[in-house]
Amino acid sequence: MATTVAQLKRGQRGIIKEFADGVLPVKLMEMGCLPGNEITLVQVAPLKDPIYINCNGTHIAIRRSVASLIELEIIEDSPL
Amino acid sequence: MSKQIKVALIGNPNTGKTSVFNQLTGLKQKVGNYPGITVEKKEGICKLPRGVKAHILDLPGTYSLNTTSLDESVVVELLLNKNDKDYPDVAVVISDVENLKRNLLLFTQIKDLKIPVILVINMADRMNRKGISLDIDLLEEKLDTKIALVSTRKGTGIDRLKELIANYKSLSSSPNIDTTVIAPEYFDKLKATFPNEDLYKLWLVITQDVNFMPIEKNPISIPASFKTKSKSELKRLQQKETILRYQFINGILKQAYKVDLNAAKGLRATADKILTHKIFGYLIFFLILLAIFQAIYDWSSYPMDFIDELFATGSEWVKDTLPPGVFTDLIAEGILAGIGGVVIFIPQIAFLFLFIALLEESGYMSRVVFLMDRLMRPFGLSGKSVVPLISGTACAIPAIMATRTIENWKERLITILVTPFTTCSARLPVYLIIIALVIPDGRFLGLSYQALTLMLLYLLGFGAAIFSAMILNKIMKIKTKTFFVMEMPNYKLPLLKNVGYTVLEKTKSFVLGAGKIILAISIILWFLGSNGYSDDFYNAEEIVNQKIETEGFTDFNLQNMESSLTAYQAALQDSMALQGYELDKQALTDSLRTKATELRQKAKNQEVASYKLENSYMGLAGKAIAPLVHPLGYDWKIGIAVLTSFAAREVFVGTLATIYSVGSDEEDTIKNRMSAEIDPVTKKPLFNLASGISILLFYAFAMQCMSTLAIVKRETNSWKWPTAQLVFMSLFAYIVALIAYQILK
Repeated sequence: MATTVAQLKRGQRGIIKEFADGVLPVKLMEMGCLPGNEITLVQVAPLKDPIYINCNGTHIAIRRSVASLIELEIIEDSPL
Repeated sequence: MSKQIKVALIGNPNTGKTSVFNQLTGLKQKVGNYPGITVEKKEGICKLPRGVKAHILDLPGTYSLNTTSLDESVVVELLLNKNDKDYPDVAVVISDVENLKRNLLLFTQIKDLKIPVILVINMADRMNRKGISLDIDLLEEKLDTKIALVSTRKGTGIDRLKELIANYKSLSSSPNIDTTVIAPEYFDKLKATFPNEDLYKLWLVITQDVNFMPIEKNPISIPASFKTKSKSELKRLQQKETILRYQFINGILKQAYKVDLNAAKGLRATADKILTHKIFGYLIFFLILLAIFQAIYDWSSYPMDFIDELFATGSEWVKDTLPPGVFTDLIAEGILAGIGGVVIFIPQIAFLFLFIALLEESGYMSRVVFLMDRLMRPFGLSGKSVVPLISGTACAIPAIMATRTIENWKERLITILVTPFTTCSARLPVYLIIIALVIPDGRFLGLSYQALTLMLLYLLGFGAAIFSAMILNKIMKIKTKTFFVMEMPNYKLPLLKNVGYTVLEKTKSFVLGAGKIILAISIILWFLGSNGYSDDFYNAEEIVNQKIETEGFTDFNLQNMESSLTAYQAALQDSMALQGYELDKQALTDSLRTKATELRQKAKNQEVASYKLENSYMGLAGKAIAPLVHPLGYDWKIGIAVLTSFAAREVFVGTLATIYSVGSDEEDTIKNRMSAEIDPVTKKPLFNLASGISILLFYAFAMQCMSTLAIVKRETNSWKWPTAQLVFMSLFAYIVALIAYQILK
């Protein structure tokens, strides 16, 4: 199974690969959640849901169910 | 008279669109509703250079022209309909410098509608702090527009914007992007079918209801036969369009927009870490709530007492000054009392909106929604329902107005329907007097029984709200597919001007909207209470006179007179002794006699008033419903009080005061009078534990507030929901009260 935004850990980043087609809210795309853009998981709400992401400079809260529809490739942080 | 330039302000939420609107129009603005729906419509007039005037329309915030909510569809409807009287001569797109990329998406869409567009880049004061640099000339050239760099916080750039609006005719109205490239064949076919229409407009009309259903009126009608694409295909095309637009925007911003990340600093990350922390987050939220409640109950009591006093005095004054008659009574007891009943709520409502505006402006509200969403979801509610449910403890009316931020219609409807269960401040007077009457003194673990009962009633209200939300969630078959997507805006220091306008505007809308209904109801109540048709009603004075002659006063009035007289005598003797006068027996007896006559006259008037009420239309109604309320442990008098409470709960105490002819609203007297009331059948006090609990439970659950029903009607735009609410809640209240009374009896 492919990695999705739902599997990110706090502070982890990834590049959006693909969308589960047609189901994802257009609003999310309008906010900049598009393939090729970077997503950082900023914060997770106390009961693990919803999650708070930074996508392309926009901070958005989404529910986990939506997050699991966004496939991505995790960027391994190289120690600076 | 010169023609006004019609300007539409359009922009993403959280870009400071309202601040720009306030800067342009100042106080020359008015807020109304779009016909038939509850989306707010804000308009204002702005003076431009060289004596030109502009009519400014502040459209609801939207992320794009692909509508997903009622607010957003208003924007699209307007921009697609050239014949609309508000169709703009020029559109002003407001963007925020930090989120320029996202904001430009909407800009390019509006540009493609071939409307002249001005771009406002707001929050310019943040550029330095965030290390942002902009090449405005390049942006103007590439986007084919004029740009005003504005800071509403510092008030800069507004003059340039006004200048640009005044010269709107020099703006280009050619599109940015050719949308047809996303599906050339499809668009060719469209062109062949509708040769006279603009292709991009057609595309918007076709895709308008892809994400959002309840919209019926379309400015351009598309024949049903023209359905070559399924919904999911259209949606995919929308995705393609969005990607295309972002490619265009990215290409421009790469050259014209630079961020020096090293210069960027902000509290955001730290603040978020604390405010959405799994322990501190809730703790801080809880403390803020406590502070708000304290303020609403404590601070607003001063202006409320003042208003109460003012209207009582006004009513007295009218009675004393105007010639006695029906007209004077109508003004004093109907209209003034009615207006007073509206005005008394202004302090609480203004305070509540002040706090809500502060929390929203600062960006904290989004964090609360984020914290609460998961907890609320099993009940069919959204994180966004928290705000209304909390506001409901002050008053359900502003609370229901606050549900507008919930974009999912089902979640919003459930929130509207269950909010009236939360214990609002109008229930408090009823609770306090009944608890004092029937709950014994005593302590449990150091807490008084009475305080515990009050707390229990608050919890009961919340419980009922959550529980019925759960049931509604199960039975309501509304299909909505909106996803929870919420922007987490940056923290901002609230602009006082914006907060002030919000409080002013919401309070005004409460007074004018709900006020009319409260006023009407109180006039009706006054009429029913002071008119009757029977001989008993018209000859009340003689009948009561006769009764007093033959049977004497009622026991309560006798005792009352006696104790007043004794007190009066004691006071008289004291003051004489204090001033060193000799006690003149004759003078003392004389003044005592005068006092006694006065008291007797007063008692008689009260008994006449009481008798009149008993035989007025309202009294007859009370007797008619007596069999209905008897199983709950109420007599016809409580029945009337409950009935009148359907206008507003706090009327309960006032009505009982009139019925029991205590003559004054002083709580202690009413309480004594109530505890003296004996059930004629059982010979026990009428207000006992069983009937008291029954009343408390009835008031906890029943839908007794005309204004709330009126607001629900306005917000849901149908009588169906307020009716359902009235019937269900009242029935539920009746059953619970019935069970409680029958068990405790």
